[in-house]
Amino acid sequence: MHSCRRQVASLGAKMPFNLLVLACLAYVAFLFLVAFAGERRAAMGAMGFLRSPVVYTLSLSIYCTAWTFYGAVGYAARSGLEFLTIYLGPTLVFIGWWWVLRKLVRIGRQQRVTSIADLISSRYGKSNILGILVTVIAVVAATPYIALQLQSVTQSFGVFASETPENWALPNHDATVFWVAAGLALFTIVFGTRNLDAKEQHHGIVIAIAVEAVVKLVALLAVGIFVVWGLGGGPVAMIGRIETIANPAWMIQPTRWAGLIFLSAAAVISLPRMFQVMVVENVEEDHLARASWAFPLYLVLMNIFILPIAVVGLELMPAGANPDMLVLTLPLSQGQGGLAMLAFLGGFSSATSMVIVETIALATMVSNHIVMPVWLWLRPDTARTGDLRGGILLSRRLSIMAVLALGVAYFKMSGGSNALAAIGLVAFAGMAQVLPAILGGIFWRGGTKLGAVLGLSIGFVVWAYTLFLPSFGEGAMLSAEIFRNGLFGIGWLRPQALFGTEGMDPLIHALFWSFSLNTAAYALGSLLSFPDPVERVQGVSFVNAFDEESQAERLGWTHGQAEPEALLNMAQRILGDDAALSFFETETAAQGKAGYLPDLTPAFLAALERRLAGSVGAATAHAMISQLFGRATVTVEDLMAVATEAAQIMEYSAQLESQRSELTRTARQLREVNEKLTQISAQKDAFLSQISHELRTPMTSIRAFSEILTEGDLPPKMVADYGQIIHAEAQRLTRLLDDLLDISVLENGSVQLNLGLASITDMIERALVAASQTRPERRFEVQRDPTREAIFVRTDPDRLVQVFINLISNARKYCDAEAPRLRISVRQKGGRVMVDFIDNGSGIPKEAQGLIFEKFARLSDESRAGGAGLGLAICREIMANLGGTVAYLPGQKGAAFRVSVPLRLDPAAGVAAKETLRV
Amino acid sequence: MAHVLLIEDEANIAEALRFILARDGWQVSVYADGAAGLAAVTALQPDLLILDLMLPNLSGLEVLVALRAAAATQDLPVLMLTAKGQERDRAAAEAAGVSAFMTKPFDNAEIRARVRALLGG
Repeated sequence: MHSCRRQVASLGAKMPFNLLVLACLAYVAFLFLVAFAGERRAAMGAMGFLRSPVVYTLSLSIYCTAWTFYGAVGYAARSGLEFLTIYLGPTLVFIGWWWVLRKLVRIGRQQRVTSIADLISSRYGKSNILGILVTVIAVVAATPYIALQLQSVTQSFGVFASETPENWALPNHDATVFWVAAGLALFTIVFGTRNLDAKEQHHGIVIAIAVEAVVKLVALLAVGIFVVWGLGGGPVAMIGRIETIANPAWMIQPTRWAGLIFLSAAAVISLPRMFQVMVVENVEEDHLARASWAFPLYLVLMNIFILPIAVVGLELMPAGANPDMLVLTLPLSQGQGGLAMLAFLGGFSSATSMVIVETIALATMVSNHIVMPVWLWLRPDTARTGDLRGGILLSRRLSIMAVLALGVAYFKMSGGSNALAAIGLVAFAGMAQVLPAILGGIFWRGGTKLGAVLGLSIGFVVWAYTLFLPSFGEGAMLSAEIFRNGLFGIGWLRPQALFGTEGMDPLIHALFWSFSLNTAAYALGSLLSFPDPVERVQGVSFVNAFDEESQAERLGWTHGQAEPEALLNMAQRILGDDAALSFFETETAAQGKAGYLPDLTPAFLAALERRLAGSVGAATAHAMISQLFGRATVTVEDLMAVATEAAQIMEYSAQLESQRSELTRTARQLREVNEKLTQISAQKDAFLSQISHELRTPMTSIRAFSEILTEGDLPPKMVADYGQIIHAEAQRLTRLLDDLLDISVLENGSVQLNLGLASITDMIERALVAASQTRPERRFEVQRDPTREAIFVRTDPDRLVQVFINLISNARKYCDAEAPRLRISVRQKGGRVMVDFIDNGSGIPKEAQGLIFEKFARLSDESRAGGAGLGLAICREIMANLGGTVAYLPGQKGAAFRVSVPLRLDPAAGVAAKETLRV
Repeated sequence: MAHVLLIEDEANIAEALRFILARDGWQVSVYADGAAGLAAVTALQPDLLILDLMLPNLSGLEVLVALRAAAATQDLPVLMLTAKGQERDRAAAEAAGVSAFMTKPFDNAEIRARVRALLGG
């Protein structure tokens, strides 16, 4: 066994250090290209696959850092299956608690949350203290974690590189860690601070992270497959080996398992880098649905070969070999240089992706919550005058370097000696302290700033005292004296036996106390304090995030980058449609474009803001455009101030506007009434003049002839003729009076309708008989289709017959054809019957067609047969009373009228129809 | 024998007037249409024109204006009859140079007196 091992080691394919460096540089260059291409496509707006659910899920895999890639095997070698707890927690959260994540993502998008510190500070009334507190916790908790990544990269370099490089570098740990950190800082600065995006999204980095996720998964699977089938003799043999090698340290400890599952579940929600990829970089809420099963699947694949690698590694490798490097040393010892190289790149990917994202997340927090506030406080004039972009970018870049420098410092200080897993768990427990404030913040309106500050501070202090500081070892940060006798010699303040709880696992002990005290302080502080208004507003909008969304949609506020249409809509709502359109058109033309949608240049936005400011006030205009365009995040205080200002302006202008429009309305009504009265008066004069004429004409004849007859001396023939004239003119007078009375009754609506059921056939027959007395001497042909007339109508049959008589008589009177012919056709359509009367005469001239239904609109006096010119006017009134219409049908050969009548007359409908007609 | 030309579109009224004036010994011609009547006046040079106001084709007022514009007829006596009987119509007719204005219905004796007066009898 021993000799075998030696032989294996001597076969190890070590690599020249500079070759390794070249491989790393090539890999990093490849990532640069990927990130660069991603940025380019994002800038062109053609993201497509780049922001798909697959990429989202892969980006979530930064949960699996070098700690997973190298450390899980080490963990398994030391404690058996316990490493699984670190992945069970996230799995449970993604599968069982994904609605919590969805709420976080929703709130993140609604509130434009840029980091976990921003989330908490924003929830508790944009509190600066909370922002700083969370940032400090995050930096303190993450620094060891970043150091851990640097350490694993450095260790892997050390394992891999055998010979001293020829001339240009020493495989010195310190130098390696420095160069790795510098390279990562460069990469992060280039892609993390290329430009300022209000949403803090980094498309290039996300795609690079996704590629690294694939590399690390493939590498780990490749090593696993090699180990199980190449070294272990297949899965069945593997299980046997696992059972043989299992030792007492591998026993499952239920408390530790429960604690660790809880811890990793908390971590996946609260780790800054997880929050960054899960919430901040999220482009589509639905992606979470895919991730809820795909991410756990990724975790399963990452973990499936961990135990076999650990078991085979323990068997094959020398007793002193670092179990944390088994993934690398195992293939190396078997002479699998290529596989080892792949494993090295996988580990490198795990470490770099974590460091990049974590650094961006931390730098955003440090810059937004610490550096910028301090800078603005020191130089208040820059906020008013200067361009903040340069300052923000600079502070971001400095923060990135500072965070990485902290990591390097920690690495050097701690000496890189701790087991990877231990550092990871310490970091988890620290960051998890924000969990009560987050969950309370999104599910409990009662959570207040005071509660959050108390909970976070107490949790953080307890964590630092019971876990973080002791993790450096006895005598390093805390003296051995404190370990034994407690702080200030108080026994129940011993860091690993708080309140006398001895014999607990130190991690579980720290977790229990920090979390209990944190949660209790949060709850008590919240119950005992009152939120200020801003806090209250934010609390409601966080807890009711899903309602808020529908509200925001109703208001038409988009959360994404504003489209020109969105700005136009907003402007239309404020300036009015025409004013907004013409403003946009002018601005578009000024840009040399056609249409209404200009490019969103700063000049245009400034002009739009000025224009809107004229209507709603400067602050509101600025807030609205900022909100829509996402040029800057608008604080809740801004919006509250603006809301007050806007409310006053709006109320005042609304009052003015309503008074003005009321006056305008009244004036218009008066004008309309006046016009109507004038019109009615003129109509009345014309009507009276017409009636006078129509009455005087027959009376003139009657009077003249009666005088002639009374004067005597006339031959009997003339007496008879003149008597006949008097009689005819007297009849004409009677008819006229009848018509006048008729139309008066119809127009007043006081007509009594005698509703009954009658067939169209019968009514046409009756009308034809009655109308035959008009010009009876004339031959007059009527064409009908009796089969189509067999329709029963519920109406006033006498009135409808009166209309038919009028139309037939008119045809008999006025049709000027040689052989006059009238076609009566009937058609049923919907609930109405249409009866058309079309003759073969020359019809009615177009210019007269609009007049014929007016009273006394007789067109020609030539062939008049005693009509007073009221017939069609009466027809129109009758049809209105019957809920139907009569109209001239243009475009026929002769004169054509269409009568349309409902199958069933509902008296109310008839009156209504008449009313509309009258108006 | 003086010649009276009558333009009236109501056939019965025209017949009554024709009878009355013929009985008084005047020569009467009847036209029922404005345009035809105007042409007849120009052609026949009557001694008196009795003119209805509401006429087809040309209204009585238009006929009157046309007559007053022509040298041959500018002094022709014109008696205008109307059933509308509105003050506005009378004013318009007088402005256009009507000789006499009567509303329908009329008194037979009155119209005979007016005709006699206009014909200088």
